[in-house]
Amino acid sequence: MLLALLLLAGAWLWSNTRANLAARQIHSGFHFLREPAGFAIGEGLVPYSPTDSYLWAFAAGIANTLRVAAVGIALATFLGIAVGVGRLSRNALVRWLCTAYVELLRNVPLIVQLFAWYMAATEILPEAANPLEFAPHVYLSKEGLQFPTPVWAMGWALALAGALIGILCAVGLYRWARARGERTGHRPRVFWAALSMALALPLLGWLSGGAPRALDVPELTTFNVSGGAGVTPEFLALLIGLATFTSAYIAEIVRSGILAVPHGQTEAAEALGLSRRQVLRLVVFPQALRVIVPPLTSQYLNLTKNSSLAVAIGYPDLVSIANTAINQNGQALECILLIMCVYLTINLLTALAMGFYNRRVTLVER
Amino acid sequence: MSAAAAGARGRPDTSRAPPTRARGPLPWLKANLFASAPNAVATLLLGAALVRVLPPVVRWLVTDAVYAPDYRACRALEYRAACWGFVTEKHRLILFGRYPYAEQWRPLAATLLVFVALLVTAHPRSWRRWLLPAWAVVLAAFLLLMGGGALGLSPVEAGLWGGLPLTVLLTLVGMSASIPIGLVLALGRRSRLPLFRAASSLYIEMIRGVPLITVLFVASFVFPLLLPQGLRLDVLARVALGITFFQAAYMAEVVRGGLQALPRGQYEAAASVGLTWWQTQRKVILPQALTLVIPSFVNSLLSTFMDTSLVTVVSMYDLTGALRLALGDPQWRHFFLEGYLFVAAVYFTCCLAMSRYSAWLEGRLGSWARRPGAVQA
Repeated sequence: MLLALLLLAGAWLWSNTRANLAARQIHSGFHFLREPAGFAIGEGLVPYSPTDSYLWAFAAGIANTLRVAAVGIALATFLGIAVGVGRLSRNALVRWLCTAYVELLRNVPLIVQLFAWYMAATEILPEAANPLEFAPHVYLSKEGLQFPTPVWAMGWALALAGALIGILCAVGLYRWARARGERTGHRPRVFWAALSMALALPLLGWLSGGAPRALDVPELTTFNVSGGAGVTPEFLALLIGLATFTSAYIAEIVRSGILAVPHGQTEAAEALGLSRRQVLRLVVFPQALRVIVPPLTSQYLNLTKNSSLAVAIGYPDLVSIANTAINQNGQALECILLIMCVYLTINLLTALAMGFYNRRVTLVER
Repeated sequence: MSAAAAGARGRPDTSRAPPTRARGPLPWLKANLFASAPNAVATLLLGAALVRVLPPVVRWLVTDAVYAPDYRACRALEYRAACWGFVTEKHRLILFGRYPYAEQWRPLAATLLVFVALLVTAHPRSWRRWLLPAWAVVLAAFLLLMGGGALGLSPVEAGLWGGLPLTVLLTLVGMSASIPIGLVLALGRRSRLPLFRAASSLYIEMIRGVPLITVLFVASFVFPLLLPQGLRLDVLARVALGITFFQAAYMAEVVRGGLQALPRGQYEAAASVGLTWWQTQRKVILPQALTLVIPSFVNSLLSTFMDTSLVTVVSMYDLTGALRLALGDPQWRHFFLEGYLFVAAVYFTCCLAMSRYSAWLEGRLGSWARRPGAVQA
């Protein structure tokens, strides 16, 4: 009976939609994706021009969403851990400051913060002709942030390959040391060897590629800053807003994760004669991590979902591009379906990764 | 080592002084600010920074600020101090949006009514049967005051509602309408009927996987397509519906948390005295599960309150949107920071009150749940 009810409701909505679409002369379907989009996108990693198809415009939007989310997640994690640990500091001043940070950011809606950051970036910052220079050749102005980037050369590719191999070697060495430690009871110290491996190999690659040193440096001209790489004020505002907002939540997660490890664990570890660093590294940290990681992942997902607020300040993420497309061609159903599918895919992938992680760290009860 | 060894042999350890239990400001300072050398350095550095930063901030915010809506005086400040004149000049636009100026006592009264009702509801002593009809009356009175058209109040169309009352209305409707839907979804997710269970899970996971903005887009672009031709729903109703559908998925998870906290014994006991499924839910399970999740309800209320600010994106003038309306005046546009600080302060006050209340409630209900013979959550 329930099934019949659901089907009936679905059919009713579907027939209404068909009638409405016909009345508005909208041809539903996804073939519009192949047509030229015709609008410009301000920035992005994906090369895009208005003559490209809608499909390509959506791809550029997804790339922009992932770009701001990735940088934001890194920044938010760093800030969040610092503030979360700060809230447990023995120093009352540090504690108060961190508490104020968390409470202020958590209790004001993100969109208000984003608007404020964006207005600050476009109203308070100096004109492009007269930018702030807070490091040599790093310029901040109403046009955004401009900074030097290395000119792509063979040496950089080799350095990248070296870094990859170096990290793999370091991980291998570490695993070998751990296995040996478990077998013989004596664990070789490999930290410095692994670190130097991870640093030396990319250096070697860079040198063997001819040690390219050419930088694309932004230069101050009469009217603005040209050259180098840059990010727009929209990106900056969104990034700072998302990162600080999420960091407040991450701080709370880190704090409660550390508090969740019973004090008896620390005392027991000390009674066994472990040093203070060993207590943290071997006893407290692994247990805290088990509590921290699941909510941390959901914060990462939240940050990614919240990046859709970009539409309010005009950063061309997936949702803003879909919004533009809807306003242009009226294919609302298809565009919204597309956004939802992208976010659901991101969610699904994260959930799978989480499941994998959880299976690895869950307590094996005996 | 010797101390530990001495302790192990049962003799008192005299090598270390017993811990002191001194109270008062000086020992507190020593323990919290100067416990160790790096700690003291941190205190001194931070203290110095605060002494440098705080006075200019206070001067900018309070002492040097201009409070009168005097544009020239504000310009003369050249941003060396806050111009609260912007807020003084535009506060009615920010708080009430485009609501007709002469009638703005009505949204004020409506909002105050809701706040009073919230305060009354906040006390556990008023959690009685009359609360539900009382809230229905409050909601009706709110809509009557806002919409007019009866009792000699001139009608005001919903498109003109804005500012704080709109935020409050969307929160209220979103929250109260999502509770029953969330309840059904939560029970559905634990139901034995596979179709019902699958449909509930699918709905919950789908909504929780997408940002609220997409749901608002659905509300503003897709809902009109779903309705039969000729039937129109105004944007306020559509957005309220969107927020409700969104919040319902989260509410379902809150309720599920409460349901999962109840031990199987409760179901088994209910079954053994011969209660049907409905009786079990109504008399045994839901009353306990819902009491357990009241603090989570308050947190949901808080997040709904903050989430309503997103309706700005679909061009509605809630508190955030009304501020942007006020900033549309090119003369005052430069004083956006003061405007955002004002709006942020309104949100902050409400949210902090709610989160503190929720924490207090948790402690109180926690001790109630731990009473002898209580369900162990």
